[in-house]
Amino acid sequence: MSRKISPVIPGFGLTLGYTLVYLSLIVLIPLAAMFVHAAQLTWDQFWAIITAPRVIAALKLSFGTALYAALINGVIGTLLAWVLVRYTFPGRKVIDAMIDLPFALPTAVAGIALTALYTPTGLVGQFAADLGFKIAYTPLGITLALTFVTLPFVVRTVQPVLADIPREIEEAAACLGAKPFQVFRYILAPALLPAWLTGFALAFARGVGEYGSVIFIAGNMPMKTEILPLLIMVKLDQYDYRGATSIGVLMLVVSFILLLLINLLQRRIEKP
Amino acid sequence: MSIRRFALAALTSALFAGTAVAKDYELLNVSYDPTRELYQEYNAEFIKFWQASHKDDKVVIQQSHGGSGKQGRAVIDGLRADVVTLALAGDIDEIAKLGKSLPENWQTRLPQSSTPYTSTIVFLVRKGNPKGIKDWGDLIKKDVSVITPNPKTSGGARWNFLAAWAYGLKAGGSEAKAKEYVEQLYKHVPILDTGARGSTITFVNNGQGDVLLAWENEAFLALKEDGGADKFDIIVPSLSILAEPPVAVVDKNAEKKGTTEIATEYLKHLYSPAGQEIAAKNFYRPRDEKVAAKYAAQFPKLDLVTIDKDFGGWKTAQPKFFNDGGVFDQIYQAQ
Repeated sequence: MSRKISPVIPGFGLTLGYTLVYLSLIVLIPLAAMFVHAAQLTWDQFWAIITAPRVIAALKLSFGTALYAALINGVIGTLLAWVLVRYTFPGRKVIDAMIDLPFALPTAVAGIALTALYTPTGLVGQFAADLGFKIAYTPLGITLALTFVTLPFVVRTVQPVLADIPREIEEAAACLGAKPFQVFRYILAPALLPAWLTGFALAFARGVGEYGSVIFIAGNMPMKTEILPLLIMVKLDQYDYRGATSIGVLMLVVSFILLLLINLLQRRIEKP
Repeated sequence: MSIRRFALAALTSALFAGTAVAKDYELLNVSYDPTRELYQEYNAEFIKFWQASHKDDKVVIQQSHGGSGKQGRAVIDGLRADVVTLALAGDIDEIAKLGKSLPENWQTRLPQSSTPYTSTIVFLVRKGNPKGIKDWGDLIKKDVSVITPNPKTSGGARWNFLAAWAYGLKAGGSEAKAKEYVEQLYKHVPILDTGARGSTITFVNNGQGDVLLAWENEAFLALKEDGGADKFDIIVPSLSILAEPPVAVVDKNAEKKGTTEIATEYLKHLYSPAGQEIAAKNFYRPRDEKVAAKYAAQFPKLDLVTIDKDFGGWKTAQPKFFNDGGVFDQIYQAQ
């Protein structure tokens, strides 16, 4: 007779049930309500809303700027994590704590502060203006705001993994004749990549939905610097709940597909 | 009210006969952005006024401010406002239509289409008016940059748009010309904030643009803030629109909370000399002729079109100009 090994947390039925109820109340039911609202439209109406030129332009802008912001943070965030893990220097703890600030700050405050800094007459923006380009009120400004808001994701996912890789492994590789680039390519990158992808995906997803900080720096010009969440607000201000939820559904589906792809990629990396 | 509760109420009022029953009231006034200072002052005045005749009542009045459309939606979605004081009648119409919490003819219940005070749209320019802006026609001159919020998300911006349209119509003589003017105008707008306060910040704090199209009361506030009078001038155009921010009791909520009487009185008192005086002090144009005469120097006379006479009311103007596919969308799609 085989004996069951009892798990640490008892009661599979209980924990699964709890998980499902919790997920339903917090995630699934609100999302389902959105689909129900949007489903009151016929397919043709729905299609007309989500393929309107303004919506397509906003879709490209929202996903594009979020992608750039996630990529920037992918590089800079890894660098930050590296510096914080591998070096000790005075003030390291303070900088480490500062990484989380973009999460704690109300996004509107961040948006207003960034706008004031980066307008053509602002403290930093004036130098850009001298060089002949604008930061605030352009897609560049949106990317900047998103980079700020999503900064902690990559740092915080890469940091613990990096801390777990003993320095000795790198030294061993070097002893065996690996050049610095090879150490990075064959030792560090494979170990970091899954965590990095998670951070990247989180940053990207957060960036797509961000409203508060972007709205002040975007300029909100139709077809040019109008983000998708703003179009949702515009529809809501016309009391057009169905139109608003249609765009919500569009965002959700596109995000879901992209996140699924990232997840698949991650699985392929983890199981070579 | 059940019979037993009624009996109890009758008994208690009999006991207190002569001294009137003391009550606790908590009113919620859901309003739009720029009325914060106005209602802070008015609430204090109203509580004093109410307690003069209801000595033992305790009255607390809470205020909520935000974009007019957003506030209207909050009330539809269940925010228990006793009264709404919003930027345009269209938003209260939606509360009546979608929320069914007040009758659709709400605007006839108080004098002057339920608007105890009005405002208009004026220009705020940099000190000394370096670009020489005097009227709407100057806004589409080369090198002039205009700041106004997005009419899709801001009630104030809709008044701006309609004022511009009225000018275009008068100057050009036809709707096609009016559209041409408005299209030109919005080509001079580099940033569309989502609300009136956002635009004020863009213009005043971030130094963007040469002209801010603003509520008259917002323009005055910008001048009043420290140093504002040294940095900006108000320019009154030849023609503008009479902006009528209306007020209404939300019947359903007030009935539930037993505040119908005091809520109605709260709005009526806005029309009294004391209420009108406070409105004028906060840079809203009073309806009362005596108060208006007293503040005549503050509010220059200009030609004013009205939403009801010139645009057929919000029920016509909203779909024609601002809903999806309306004139505002068309001028951006054309670009």
